[in-house]
Amino acid sequence: MAEASSRFIGRGVKPHKTKRFLTGGGVYVSDIRLPNMLHAALVRSIHAHARICGVDVQQALRLDGVAGVWTGDDIKDRISLFPESFEIHPRPWLEGVKPVLQGPRPAALAQGKVHYVGEPVAIVVAEDRHRAEDAVDAIVVEYEALPVVVDPGEALKDGATLVHDDSKDNVVFSFKVNKGNIDQILREAPYTLRERFRHHRYCAAPLEGRGIVAWVEPKTNILTVWSSTQMPHLVRRQIAAQLNLPEETVRVIAPDIGGGFGPKVFVYPEEILVPFLALQLGRPVKWVEDRREHFISTAHGRDQVHDVELAFDENGLILGLRDRFLLDNGAYNPMGLTDAYNTAAHLQGPYKVPNLSVSGTCVSTNKVPNAPYRGAGRPEAVFVMERCVDLLAAKLSLDPAEVRRRNFVQPEEMPYHAGILYRDGEPICYDSGNYPETLAQALKAAGYEELRKQQQELRQRGRYLGIGIGCYVEGTGVGSFEGAKVRIDPSGQIVVATGATGHGQGHETIFAQIAADLWGVSPEDVRLVEGDTSSIQFGCGTFGSRSTVNVGSALFEASARLKEKVLQLAAHLLEANRDDLEFGNGKIFVRGMPQRSLSFSELARAAVPGWASKLPDGLEPGLEETFYFVPATVTWANAAHVAVIEVDSDTGEIKLLDYVVSHDAGKLINPLLVEGQIHGGVAQGIGAALYEEICYDPNGQLLSGSFMDYLLPGSMEVPKIKTVHLESPSPLNPLGIKGLGEGGAIAPPAAIANALADALLPFTAQVNEIPLSPSRVLELIRRTWPMSPDCF
Amino acid sequence: MIAKRPIELTVNGKQCEGLVEARLSLADFLRDHLGLTGTHLGCEQGICGSCTVLFNGESVRSCLLLAVQAHGGEVLTVEGLAGLAKDGEALHAIQQGFLETLGFQCGFCTPGFLLTVYELLGENPSPSEAEIREHLSGNLCRCTGYQNIVAAVLWAAERLRVNSE
Repeated sequence: MAEASSRFIGRGVKPHKTKRFLTGGGVYVSDIRLPNMLHAALVRSIHAHARICGVDVQQALRLDGVAGVWTGDDIKDRISLFPESFEIHPRPWLEGVKPVLQGPRPAALAQGKVHYVGEPVAIVVAEDRHRAEDAVDAIVVEYEALPVVVDPGEALKDGATLVHDDSKDNVVFSFKVNKGNIDQILREAPYTLRERFRHHRYCAAPLEGRGIVAWVEPKTNILTVWSSTQMPHLVRRQIAAQLNLPEETVRVIAPDIGGGFGPKVFVYPEEILVPFLALQLGRPVKWVEDRREHFISTAHGRDQVHDVELAFDENGLILGLRDRFLLDNGAYNPMGLTDAYNTAAHLQGPYKVPNLSVSGTCVSTNKVPNAPYRGAGRPEAVFVMERCVDLLAAKLSLDPAEVRRRNFVQPEEMPYHAGILYRDGEPICYDSGNYPETLAQALKAAGYEELRKQQQELRQRGRYLGIGIGCYVEGTGVGSFEGAKVRIDPSGQIVVATGATGHGQGHETIFAQIAADLWGVSPEDVRLVEGDTSSIQFGCGTFGSRSTVNVGSALFEASARLKEKVLQLAAHLLEANRDDLEFGNGKIFVRGMPQRSLSFSELARAAVPGWASKLPDGLEPGLEETFYFVPATVTWANAAHVAVIEVDSDTGEIKLLDYVVSHDAGKLINPLLVEGQIHGGVAQGIGAALYEEICYDPNGQLLSGSFMDYLLPGSMEVPKIKTVHLESPSPLNPLGIKGLGEGGAIAPPAAIANALADALLPFTAQVNEIPLSPSRVLELIRRTWPMSPDCF
Repeated sequence: MIAKRPIELTVNGKQCEGLVEARLSLADFLRDHLGLTGTHLGCEQGICGSCTVLFNGESVRSCLLLAVQAHGGEVLTVEGLAGLAKDGEALHAIQQGFLETLGFQCGFCTPGFLLTVYELLGENPSPSEAEIREHLSGNLCRCTGYQNIVAAVLWAAERLRVNSE
């Protein structure tokens, strides 16, 4: 399928290219210092919903070292509004789904009203961060508090307070998709179940928060912006649009990024304000958030409530699913229907679901904006379906693994059309994968049969072991595009530039491995340039398990074209036939005559214009090609997770005894980096299932504003994770790659909730929401009554 | 005008001095006054451990320690770790271990972990996996899931034992 030797693809090459992280040599945005730099700090709303009656900045302006204060009034005619969302809507999706899209357009600083605790109200600039924060404390904002909306169900009722004045209700985005006849099947099916599931609000919490440095580079007059972002090209586009500048005069660079995971995927007010201030003041300006600020300003994730009806028959076959869900948007939803529609698209999972109806509604509330976080709507879908499958199994007294086997799309049924559109507008088509095998491998690695025996024995002794399965499919490598610009430097080094923006995934290693195999060199001879708008004209960014697929494919295509040019030049210089030439060891040589060769360095130095040129007629100077890969649609990865727990029925504590991931992400480029992604994703999923929770009070005040309340799992909470790799190469790109950056985070809430329900089967505990804190587990146990011991 | 105080301390073996406001944290002093930006700020609330340095031989949260409190003391930051490597080696065994096992991804928490591990292996040259996990429980990582970090520590412990023979 692909012309690449596998000298490096598939090997666990170590991350030498980022070893500066081990010696304190990483450069994150807060490490950037420029001469004469000023520091910004923000005044943020302390009310969840209020009118701004006045902002008194006089005291602040009199403080030592304060360069200026800007309020909503000061910027309203100079910084235009943000778009309703940053989501790109492909025409086929708009026409096929006909969604409701009526979100408000946020301003960079609150205009007359605040909609959530944390909304930016004013920005101060001073000689250092301490003085800027002193000035923030000296600014007096007069608010008139308004009624607060914190529950999406309440927000939908007639007469509910409107979060945004000029909307008719609190619905911002919604859609409905159908296939088959769900009403009929729910009426006629031998069995139905009806459940409400809640997937709570939690967040990505990268260890590095957001930050921006901006200055106008003195000689070129280019507004140069460093931002801890996953999307430098998007940030550039927005800065140019909202400050009314030509894109050409704006450069955005993502320095080293201390974790992204989703919330760094769209453009924030500070990313427009700080560059604006750099222009105003003629000096570099820096803003870096602290953790408290992060929790009230950087996007939260998830927060969906699902009302579900499942129809099935006596053999455990799923006949249909109806799901109506609400997504608590917060005050803004910067990514529109991305999460909600992903939920719909992933609900059927690896199963055949003949009848389906899904409706999703994004509702405004007075909370921090809600945007995609690793998994982006898929964990919520998988939680619903995987809990349903286990409930179905319990109802029919069938083994949950067996129920899955009966409902899987079988390998011989590939490619399988799931019957609704993906959010790229294409019909969902599972292209490859062996779902029964993926599960079989997971169960084998977990020792499933033995565990079931142990479970029975332990139950006799009043101890509760639980085994939970979470299966999913994942649409990966989504569009709309990504580019690779491949150039041979006069030194002979191959330079690859792309708009992808890694933040720990190991792009510099992965793409060097691919390029090394394509060109017959070693990864040390390849240099990756990413995250800089001046290095490639168009770029999308790194999110959605998409970079290896899209950049790898773009790199393949660009290399194919450049190799053609290189062969033509080499044929001319070596006076040989183009078809007799081969690549190897960083050279081009005549087959069978290795002494007749040219190095890449010699070729690059020959391909110059002017008097030193050795180009033949018809070849342009430079050894460089750019290719933008536009994927036809997503390519489908799949996995099965198995969680093994023991529950202490006195304390409610859940102990994770084992965690197994069996996954298939197509052709793997670097198994070491793959495992890193899986471990990290699972750890985040464990956090969601057991520890992490964003809590708001009825007044819209955030209660979980620090790591003391928002509990990230540590080394004692995350067990050793066993991984099994399967590879069903993707037929949709030349290297057969599928994405996996998000995968680890998709199934743990489902697998762990299923494990708890399994452990507490004698109690028929209703495990319909997470996190499963000890107090919640005790509540589940006490609210129910024990069934007879031989129920399963 | 806020009063400033003179401080003197040894950082990575070098004598350093500064004139600082009492409210300046040691982390900010290291990063902004000395340009040692390897010490990172993940929360400024003392929980995440990214800012961990060794102060007079013990791990501390440099985001909670004031620079004036460090006056007269000795600080080891991540920038000083390679200097403690075995002769001829560019990286300390602990740093090598993290490279071998992919004990880092985005790198933001890494300096804090490296110094915490340095303290651990100084106290306990042959820790078990459980002991490692417990000693590292005050350092948060959002990328790795800790498994490869534990493997890095085991690798480094073995290498240090070999080095000392």
